[in-house]
Amino acid sequence: MLRALTILILCQFAGEVAARAAGLPLPGPVVGLVLLLVILIVRRGPDPALRETSNGLLRNLSLLFVPAGVGIVTQLDALERDWKAILCAIVVSTALGLAVTGWLMQRLSKGSAS
Amino acid sequence: MLWVYLETTPLLGLVSTLLAWEIAVWISTRLRGHVLANPMLISIVLLASLLLATGTPYAAYFQGGQYVQFLLGPATVALAVPMYANIARIRRAAPAIVPAILAGSLTAAASAMLIARSMGASRTVVLSLAPKSVTTPIAMGIAEQIGGSPSLAAVFVLLTGLTAIVIGPVVLKTVRVPDWVARGLAAGTAGHGLATARILLLNETAGAFGGLAIGLNGIMTAIIVPLLATFL
Repeated sequence: MLRALTILILCQFAGEVAARAAGLPLPGPVVGLVLLLVILIVRRGPDPALRETSNGLLRNLSLLFVPAGVGIVTQLDALERDWKAILCAIVVSTALGLAVTGWLMQRLSKGSAS
Repeated sequence: MLWVYLETTPLLGLVSTLLAWEIAVWISTRLRGHVLANPMLISIVLLASLLLATGTPYAAYFQGGQYVQFLLGPATVALAVPMYANIARIRRAAPAIVPAILAGSLTAAASAMLIARSMGASRTVVLSLAPKSVTTPIAMGIAEQIGGSPSLAAVFVLLTGLTAIVIGPVVLKTVRVPDWVARGLAAGTAGHGLATARILLLNETAGAFGGLAIGLNGIMTAIIVPLLATFL
């Protein structure tokens, strides 16, 4: 488990370094994700320890957002001031995102089938 | 005296986070299946109320909270494992799913930022809204990267997922998308893990494509949003 965690943290670290070195505005862990994906493709899959540790982390993923979410207490002014704009932006953009992805996917997969 | 000691250690923030989580999970299993009974939402409300009621500054709480949050980095990297499990599916469907997710990602991020900005929201709010359709760990990273607030982003992501669950069926019916593959992809792209978990209960194929969309959309949005943000 510890070795698997080391692999994950190493990928994150390498991702962080690579993003900064290349001047890419990408979050380090996302670059680390891509890096691990490439490693998994090359090595044809994760070993059991890595799979187990990853699944363990991902099963409890929602817990890991809680401390940041509590940070909302430092943003109450912003929420109070902009709640209407926030609500409109979230509802409308979510509807548009659903419609565009669903519609385009259905259209494109029909096209490739025929 | 004990209290004074506890206030200076990270232990209090750590213990309260874990306890709040246990309580939230208990409440959420009691209210089985309800959208709003989300353990993360309940934990945040519990802890935020606790901080406000006791007048504890967030920084004091975060001394402990940061240890939980630190695992978010490795957990984000770990998303590669379920993505790899779907790699054959991704390769096969790539010509359709890549443009579909790209268009959805762009639409959701750009429309959210434009609407919020035109309604006079602050720059921090606008930038924190940009990654709201993405899975939380990636969204927080993006928000931080472009100068938004990771805390706001985490809450916006949660609200987006709940919104997608509520309006998803109506929207997809209105634009005439009966195909479960397309519905699953839309759920994962616009409503990340929350909407995917919900659609998985209805159709397994839809769930698989939702899961695949979460990862791909995260990566694509991480590339697109910083570019979009430079136009604002």
